[in-house]
Amino acid sequence: MDPSRKRKLRLVVALGAALILAGALIYTSFSASTEASTPSEVVASAEPGRSYELTGKVAKDSVKRDDDRLRFVIADRDGAGSVPVAYAGVVPDPFREGREVIVSGEMKSGTFVAERDSLVTKCPSKFTKEKTASIGG
Amino acid sequence: MAGVGSACLFAGLLTALYAAAASLYGARSGRREVVVSGRRAIYCLAGLMVGATAVLQSAFLRSDFSYALVAEGSSTDTPTFYKATAMWATQDGSLLLWALLLSVFSSTVLFLTRRSLREIAPYATAVLAVVAGFFLLLMVGWENPFGTLASPPAEGSGLNPLLRHPAMMIHPPMLYTGYVGFAIPFAFAVGALITRNTGADWIRATRKFALVARTFLGTGIMLGALWSYTELGWGGYWAWDPVENASLMPWLFGTAFLHSIMVQEKRGMLKVWNVFLIIGTFVLALLGTFLVRSGILDSIHAFGASTIGVQFLVFIALVIVGSTALVISRLPHLRSEARLDSLLSREAFFLLNNLVLVGLCLVIFWGTFFPLISEAITGTEASVGPPWFNRLTTPLALVLALLMGIGPVVAWRRITPAGLRRALMWPVLATALVLVALLALTSSAERPLAQLMFCLVAFVLAVVVQEFWRGAAARRTISGDPWPRALSRLVARNRRRYGGYLAHAGLVVLFLGVAGSSAFLDQRDVRISPGERFTSGGYSITYLRPTATLGADRAGTGAPITLGAVLRARDKNGKTFLLRPSRNFYPTQDGSKGAIGRFFEGEATSEVDVRWGLRRDVWTAVRPDISALDGPIREANAKFGDASGDVQAVVIAAIVERYRRHAPPATFRAIVSPLVSWIWIGAGIVVLGALIAAWPSPEARLRRARSLYAARLGRDLRAEAS
Repeated sequence: MDPSRKRKLRLVVALGAALILAGALIYTSFSASTEASTPSEVVASAEPGRSYELTGKVAKDSVKRDDDRLRFVIADRDGAGSVPVAYAGVVPDPFREGREVIVSGEMKSGTFVAERDSLVTKCPSKFTKEKTASIGG
Repeated sequence: MAGVGSACLFAGLLTALYAAAASLYGARSGRREVVVSGRRAIYCLAGLMVGATAVLQSAFLRSDFSYALVAEGSSTDTPTFYKATAMWATQDGSLLLWALLLSVFSSTVLFLTRRSLREIAPYATAVLAVVAGFFLLLMVGWENPFGTLASPPAEGSGLNPLLRHPAMMIHPPMLYTGYVGFAIPFAFAVGALITRNTGADWIRATRKFALVARTFLGTGIMLGALWSYTELGWGGYWAWDPVENASLMPWLFGTAFLHSIMVQEKRGMLKVWNVFLIIGTFVLALLGTFLVRSGILDSIHAFGASTIGVQFLVFIALVIVGSTALVISRLPHLRSEARLDSLLSREAFFLLNNLVLVGLCLVIFWGTFFPLISEAITGTEASVGPPWFNRLTTPLALVLALLMGIGPVVAWRRITPAGLRRALMWPVLATALVLVALLALTSSAERPLAQLMFCLVAFVLAVVVQEFWRGAAARRTISGDPWPRALSRLVARNRRRYGGYLAHAGLVVLFLGVAGSSAFLDQRDVRISPGERFTSGGYSITYLRPTATLGADRAGTGAPITLGAVLRARDKNGKTFLLRPSRNFYPTQDGSKGAIGRFFEGEATSEVDVRWGLRRDVWTAVRPDISALDGPIREANAKFGDASGDVQAVVIAAIVERYRRHAPPATFRAIVSPLVSWIWIGAGIVVLGALIAAWPSPEARLRRARSLYAARLGRDLRAEAS
């Protein structure tokens, strides 16, 4: 094969590999993603079997321990809607009533059943909040 | 004093503007003295930043709460070490740290190159001055770290307890040193492009800065991982959190740059690619700073965004547009001086390694910004989790390990297949032996990807050992030195090369730790009472007794109350050891919790206890259930709310003692994590390798001395002639 054809072939192979990687990136990310929603949204329109990322505030006096599980209520930031959550796994250090949390899971008969260890708490302090985001894993 | 600090910042802004203007004017008009004046303005800027930092630092040490920053991030009972490091736990303070580091590094590099790179240096000075000016503008205009409070509080709110960890306090300066360090090669690359000096001079002058920057960045990342492992109480070291990703991306780009510049130095190829990489690295470093600051990725969770996000975005956009336009206008000067002769050549492998590193970076970038991308495309915010990152980065990491093994043995220009076979024969044999041993002695076959990684680790290590061996053997035949001397001379004469090999070895050792700990980790979460037990990863762990102490926190973070547990772990052979995880409780200033309750209802942090080991770590954390104390606390609030501090202390002691005597079931997390220690060991080896590579070699010193002598001679001759 003459050199210029060989180079062209290399270019085609390289571009092909890049396209495959890009395709895999786009396909897997859209299929593996979880949708972010607020409590009132999941209550209103959650499809069974779909996974959501729930964001809101832990309602006051709602945290109860039930054997290995933690039960609490997450309310909308403006307090309009709320949903009960059942959670198992590690509870991040800054978890408190009234704080913003993010938790992933799905709706099962009116309760948001969270994935293990998916709870992330955000610190009220503006700089350190980013750091604590890594707690949930 | 706060006025002095603010004045330093304002003077610094003017100085930076002057430095940029003088350097540009001096370079255009060819007036050397103006260029020199611009350079000296940068030294002056460094002095001003040192002054500003000293003012702020002394305010922290004196606990002067008239400074808003000190009142926010420190308190009189904060231990001194954390007072001294609290500056960069705040947004404004960390901007000042950025400006300080940038001005000091810029001064260093400009001082070192004051007699060389006469054409490029003035433009590089201007670029550095503009970057410094941007950060100063942010501080002067929006986030002044010297803001004062009209009525200073008697006590500050204290440093966030989560940040009270030695690794956490060294971690930000390390990361910032890395981020800032990349500004230097970036500035010189821009200077090289503007003056059309697109050879390898700018690379030679600044590559050590890139290497040092990358090493600091890597160390910072690892310290962050260590902090996460030992402080956050969930037991992992990496969570693909946006901020973690933001620090990893410039590291990957910077690593690609450090490899591909060797191709430009040796063969004059990949010039466009190299400027692309260094521009990309710097932009990613800015992006990293921006992500921590702006809360843009949190914006989907609607947390309060910072005031300077827009400014950052505008600056990043300007950097991207400006650099891209510059590169395009200089494309004719960036032609390659040689062509790729063969795919079996060192330069081809460098290119492949670059593509994998940039590919990794692209994957991480896509995943990190996916919430924004998905919102832009589909209109709904969605995010991808750690499993997605793991699935996409694992194959790329495997390819990277393979390339790290093959690359070093491949010659420049081309190697024949027979030559490659000869070079790889022993490493491949060693790998096969390791594979047989793994299959025979361990159960690693259950996790094929981890097993593949173990084999590649063995392969790379074998290649590195072979390279050291061959080099030392060759030296021995020439000089007749004994082995240790031959080896040390070999490394001393080729620091960059053998330092690099050592870094490869360290990185695969790190991969070994990651593969082992992520594939074979055993994690248990249990809720048990004293006397009960559970098993995790082959260990039988018994909850012996609860502990409760006042003012006796082991790590010295200043926590008044510590509740914990004593655990006894017994391995399969009956060997036992004790583990003492605990949890620190920090008081809150929130009055609604009551005078006694505020000591229990504030922040609390896990103090994990880890039994470190080369084969495996046993990691434990406890979460005492203090809801049983609610009754006594309520009672105490009512009875002793107005009592004196001493009485309250006695009451708290009594409540804590009650926990120790009648402890309710506590929640434990135990993780038996194989090989995880090798992550930290591997990182240490990488740093050692980088140090060897960055250390000035005797030849370079000699060369510099010769060129200085020649310059002086030339000056004297000119003086005589005129």
